[in-house]
Amino acid sequence: MSISTGSVWVDGSSSRMQRYNIFRRVNWGRFAVVAIPAFWLGIFFFIPFLVVFKISLSETAIAVPPYTPLLEWDLEEAYINLKISLGNYLYLLEDAFYLEAYLSSIKIAAISTFFTLLIAFPIAYLIARSDGSRRALLLALVILPFWTSFLLRVYAWMGFLKKNGIVNEFLLSLGIIDQPLVMLQTDFAVYLGIVYTYLPFMVLPLYSALEKMDMTLLEAAEDLGCRPAQSFFLITLPLAIPGIVAGCLLVFIPAVGEFVIPALLGGSDTLMIGRVLWDEFFLNRDWPMASAVAIVMLIVLVLPIMLIRNGQGKGEAI
Amino acid sequence: MQRKSLFLRFSAGFGFLFLYAPIIALIIYSFNKSKLVTVWGGWSLKWYSELFQNDQIIDAALLSLKIAFISATVAVVLGTMAGYVLSRFGPFRGKMIFSGWITAPLVMPEVITGLSLLLLFVALEGMFGWPSGRGTGTIIIAHVTFCMAYVAVIVQARLSSMDETLEEAAMDLGAKPSSLFFLVTLPLIAPAIISGWLLSFTLSLDDLVIASFVSGPGNSTLPMVIFSKVRLGVTPEVNALATIMIAIVAIGVIAAMFQMRRQARLLAKLD
Amino acid sequence: MTSSQPIDTQNATATANSNVPLWKQQDAEPFLKIENITKKFGEFTAVDNISLDIYKNELFCLLGGSGSGKSTLLRMLAGFESPTSGRILIDGVDMAGVQPWKRPVNMMFQSYALFPHLSVADNVAFGLKREGASKHEVKKRVAEMLDMVQLGHLGKRKPHQLSGGQRQRVALARSLVKRPKLLLLDEPLGALDKKLREETQFELINIQEELGVTFVVVTHDQEEAMTLSTRIGVMNHGVIVQTDEPHDVYEYPNSRFVAEFIGSVNLFEGKVVEDQPAHVRIDSAEAGGTLFVNHGISCAPEQIVHVALRPEKIKISHNRPDQTENCIQGVIEEIAYMGSLSVFKVRLPSGKEVRVTQPNFTRHMGERFTWEDKVFLSWDEDSSVVLTS
Repeated sequence: MSISTGSVWVDGSSSRMQRYNIFRRVNWGRFAVVAIPAFWLGIFFFIPFLVVFKISLSETAIAVPPYTPLLEWDLEEAYINLKISLGNYLYLLEDAFYLEAYLSSIKIAAISTFFTLLIAFPIAYLIARSDGSRRALLLALVILPFWTSFLLRVYAWMGFLKKNGIVNEFLLSLGIIDQPLVMLQTDFAVYLGIVYTYLPFMVLPLYSALEKMDMTLLEAAEDLGCRPAQSFFLITLPLAIPGIVAGCLLVFIPAVGEFVIPALLGGSDTLMIGRVLWDEFFLNRDWPMASAVAIVMLIVLVLPIMLIRNGQGKGEAI
Repeated sequence: MQRKSLFLRFSAGFGFLFLYAPIIALIIYSFNKSKLVTVWGGWSLKWYSELFQNDQIIDAALLSLKIAFISATVAVVLGTMAGYVLSRFGPFRGKMIFSGWITAPLVMPEVITGLSLLLLFVALEGMFGWPSGRGTGTIIIAHVTFCMAYVAVIVQARLSSMDETLEEAAMDLGAKPSSLFFLVTLPLIAPAIISGWLLSFTLSLDDLVIASFVSGPGNSTLPMVIFSKVRLGVTPEVNALATIMIAIVAIGVIAAMFQMRRQARLLAKLD
Repeated sequence: MTSSQPIDTQNATATANSNVPLWKQQDAEPFLKIENITKKFGEFTAVDNISLDIYKNELFCLLGGSGSGKSTLLRMLAGFESPTSGRILIDGVDMAGVQPWKRPVNMMFQSYALFPHLSVADNVAFGLKREGASKHEVKKRVAEMLDMVQLGHLGKRKPHQLSGGQRQRVALARSLVKRPKLLLLDEPLGALDKKLREETQFELINIQEELGVTFVVVTHDQEEAMTLSTRIGVMNHGVIVQTDEPHDVYEYPNSRFVAEFIGSVNLFEGKVVEDQPAHVRIDSAEAGGTLFVNHGISCAPEQIVHVALRPEKIKISHNRPDQTENCIQGVIEEIAYMGSLSVFKVRLPSGKEVRVTQPNFTRHMGERFTWEDKVFLSWDEDSSVVLTS
């Protein structure tokens, strides 16, 4: 990526100069094309974070909206009152519940990401090694579920994992188990749900990394005395690292803040921070606390988000 | 030549099974006569007829379709602009921030996006009186915001894989930048724009979390209704609904594949 | 084989037995023995019943166009493909069922196949580490190898930071560092530009002689094959058409295919009218007369044959040369000045076009030729070859 941006810079600057000189008039159009989407994102994506931050510093109140104002003033009485409350953040630190929720979210997201990688790798590898129409078909099969409702795919697992669900019925009828397994409303079901719904996001970047790989490299490795298993670890895996990193980030980041999956598949003791935020907001109606939870989550995720410089992997694949 | 070991085939096959088994089971059970979801009571279309008599679901579906249509259309316009800026504008002040903003909504946990947009709407209402109350309008704004990121990335990917000399040739033949875009660039990125629109449409139709935050009372979208139903357990009506949605998507994708294959065959004939 | 032993090489090599190349000694044991190898991909036969002996220290070139089966043969030697039938023996050991990573063979790939995530030194060290060589040993041998290919100072670079020529040398060093008994090279110079290719050709020969490794090179470039090899095997449709030293392949091609594939050639169709042990006369309507060739052939009387004549063997003149045999007349139709030589296309009365090349001895040609000139073409009786197939 870094190399290609270099050339784009050169090309871009030359064409820009040309446009400045010859097509002076269209600079307005050019400005608008940059400004409109930037303006939209600025208002509806960036500023909201500032608002969240502001509200995280206020206190909950019985009012509409339900929080105290940060700044109060009265020009006639000539006073300005700035009231910043760190109470929400202190409470986040004090109450072990929140720390546990963050840690448990990260743990669940990390473990799920690992298993997603494990399942996605052979699929991506097989697709990358298939040829022509077969490759297109397999790729379509991976992407197809992504086009169907996420909510319904999570829901499909409920029917699968229930106490008298399909998996249990199947295992009972085979005589492998004599008591139905408790699978729904466990952490296991949450792992399964995350792996399942995020699988395409892992397969696609992996596929695009593996597809670029030159197959003669494996022959060269064998020629130099490498067994196939060895050449997988010495050649294939290192070359797939960009895809592995991109895929893991695309799964890990949203998984940390996941709400639907723990809400539908998890048990009451499945602690995830997305769910905590939801409950603070919708059940406790404590907007400032929900904001503080969101800000801390953002701080936790800011590093991995920065790592995805561009969502190239995702875009290319779709 | 092709080295595909049994292990690889087996594990990839397992992956595909994992991907499709729940969906297939769900489809089969949507035709189950029995009210008990896991007991097979014979084939029946009972749940489909009940689904179509359920006004709550029908209303929510219509609202969701409306929101998805508008959101996708606006998102395509804004996202195409952004994608074009990213891949064709060269360096400009603030490009790093711009591209960061574009891609961040892709991975941002939905609870954060939803909460922050809601708080923004509340604050705006307090300051300017707009938007007064929350409902369809605020959901559309929220959906446009995260859908345009997807469109931007798709369009950018398409543009950067496209030969820039085509545009240079058009300029050489006298096309001004504005007509260049509409006469050359736009037709070339049309497939990306179409898939961007379709993806935006699906994402909007599918969104539960963000809509829950920014919608007002009485504005329940389809996912919100489904969620409140399935939270209480598996319901056969939802199975039927899911089957219909999956069928529509599958037909769409298969039609797209056939279209592509037909074009490829046509090209092959021309050769 | 139409031509018997060429006279000049026979004289040169008859002096001492040690100077006789191994492939001409009756009792020499081949180092690489290919016995009736056939490779089929489905219905398609890529390699068709090839038998070939290659001797120690040879630099053997498999020359052929794309789809001739040369690369498939090479890949079978490396063990990436297994033959449908036949045997491959390397140093007397049957290679059947021996996996690529166990063969005493290394390969230099056409694309070089350098591992992009490893440095130059790590690329070269890769094979040694798989053998379990000690750290010290690995370091020493990698350094030696890189010095040999003059890249000692670039060990820390990644492949993408090297020029094409440098990559080629890393690939060579990597394939040689394990001291294979047999080195296979797939179009080793194909990706280099012309100038670099010429320089590298000689380096390759020097390295081969220095290390005493047997090389088998696959190439489609006849010039490359001519300069590099001790012997050339010309391949076509999965069959080796001719195996000979470069000089013999050029001067004594055994078939029209070989004559036309290597260099350019004029072919005259004709009928054998006089068939003697030491000479033949061929009546050719295309040439417009009788052609005299001073070697015997074995053929049926009145058989239709082709007389092959290389363009540079033909003398061109305005005046009739004083020789009765092998002299024909025509009109210059095209002239191409190529610096070191000039190429003429001469149209014979029969309509046949003859290609003639003349070295440009002086800056201004003594005898200037121009378009539409009537010229005489003549050649010696031992310049042409009769091809029966």
